Amino acid sequence: MKDFVANDRLLQRRADFPVLDQLVHGKPLVYLDNAATSQKPRAVIEALRHYYEHDNSNVHRGIHELSQRATEGYENARAKVAKFLGAAKAEEIVFTRGTTEAINLVAQTWGLENLQRGDVILLTEMEHHSNIVPWQLLARRTGAELKFVPVQEDYQLDVEAAEKLLGDRVKLFSFTHISNVLGAVNPVARLCQKARELGVVTLVDAAQSAGHRPVNVQELGCDFLAFSGHKACGPTGQGALYGRKELLEAMPPWQGGGEMISRVDFQESRWAEVPHKFEAGTPNIAGAIGLGVALDYLEEVGREAIRVHDEALCQYAWERMSQLEGVMLLGPSPEKADHAGVISFFLDDVHAHDVVTLADQSGIALRGGHHCAQPLMRKLGRPATARASFYFYNTTQEVDRLVEVLKEIRAYFLR
Amino acid sequence: MNLDELYQEIILDHAKRPRHFGPLTDATVSVHADNPMCGDEVDVHLKLNGEGKVEALNFTGNACSICTASASIMTGKLLHKSAEECRTMSHQFQQMLKSEEAVTVPKEFGDLKALSGVRKFPQRVKCATLAWHAVEDALKEAGA
Repeated sequence: MKDFVANDRLLQRRADFPVLDQLVHGKPLVYLDNAATSQKPRAVIEALRHYYEHDNSNVHRGIHELSQRATEGYENARAKVAKFLGAAKAEEIVFTRGTTEAINLVAQTWGLENLQRGDVILLTEMEHHSNIVPWQLLARRTGAELKFVPVQEDYQLDVEAAEKLLGDRVKLFSFTHISNVLGAVNPVARLCQKARELGVVTLVDAAQSAGHRPVNVQELGCDFLAFSGHKACGPTGQGALYGRKELLEAMPPWQGGGEMISRVDFQESRWAEVPHKFEAGTPNIAGAIGLGVALDYLEEVGREAIRVHDEALCQYAWERMSQLEGVMLLGPSPEKADHAGVISFFLDDVHAHDVVTLADQSGIALRGGHHCAQPLMRKLGRPATARASFYFYNTTQEVDRLVEVLKEIRAYFLR
Repeated sequence: MNLDELYQEIILDHAKRPRHFGPLTDATVSVHADNPMCGDEVDVHLKLNGEGKVEALNFTGNACSICTASASIMTGKLLHKSAEECRTMSHQFQQMLKSEEAVTVPKEFGDLKALSGVRKFPQRVKCATLAWHAVEDALKEAGA
């Protein structure tokens, strides 16, 4: 077995997460559901509290001191997101509730404006429901057609098929950076470059990647990118959409209301400049400020260091779990391919849902089910798997604990 | 909380060797039910006789042990019952799973009582009731 080089600097970070220090069903919590949501460091929790205790006010419309502080905090957070994603300008960042809302925004504005019958929306077979259903709704309204890039037998995207499909009536290619089921990492830059050559607009679902590795929209060459703050140490209910400024400016607004206008008359209105055009109503001010603090925290930890830790832990877990009798792992082998810190697996004779209930009784938080990727699961012939997903605060000892508990679970069901 | 209360021998036995498992070619009605939370999928196949009683009841699908065992025991319990009797038993069963305290159940429950431990695992109640909801829907669809 390969030596796992524990990065002490990262493991010290574990103490920054109050929630990790507890017993669940009498056992130390082993939190391995990071692909669903990450835990929050004290700095983020404190930032939310500080905002509500000192600065709480509405943004963009008050003259008074608190309103200025809130506005400044909110817009600073936007600048931080822009920097975090490598966007050229802060105006290219639209705050949304998360990845799902960001994708819906693009579908309902850019999509309705630019798609018509005969056009193709290209997706992949490894998408989360949030990158399938908004396009189904759009296809129904516009008459556009959905096509899917296949997943190969080695659980990786068929990149050559993608490149071929891109040439056939495709207007938009929306795909995930990292599969939340398989841990497969897609070659985003290569796919975006090909799309751009063919005049296809791209949207990258970075829900699983933004908090786990360096993500730079200019290096990736995408037109849109969506991510969720809560999977990157930020509060729930706050994410962002990156869009190239020319595209955002040409798009119609989405929801109407306050904040998104420059002038309103009884019959019609004029819109505010981007990004405010897409942010109707009072936003999640505390959430945005908390997200900004989370991103600062991740930069301090080091995103490349997080990627290395995730992958090393995944490799360690993969090796140990693949030696277990009756355990099958689903996903590209980390030996042969870039594999993020997500492992889907199943036990012979034990349904995923039972695995998760038993693991929970031992203090281990896993996810079990279809992981909001039903079409992919059907293709894999597995309606449900259990999933362990890692972050930089997880340790090899926790993986060892998981391995022991999986053995116990199997023995329990074979009794 | 005791796992053995949830996973009693009877349950594991039904989960591993489900009874009345497989399609029914002459079913009056078939109904599909999903538990979107975890991916359990069950189809129940119901055949009613001339008097409106359950002549045959089978199930197919892919589900966790709790869901499979519940469906397996159910298919035995509801045989030869009228629609009304089926609904009554379904409601009693669901009550057993949703009540805070242990409730006394009718004698005819038999093996079904083994599922009473599920009430201490609220996330799993939907697993245990999935097939029952499907049967209620099937009866409604059959106009019984």
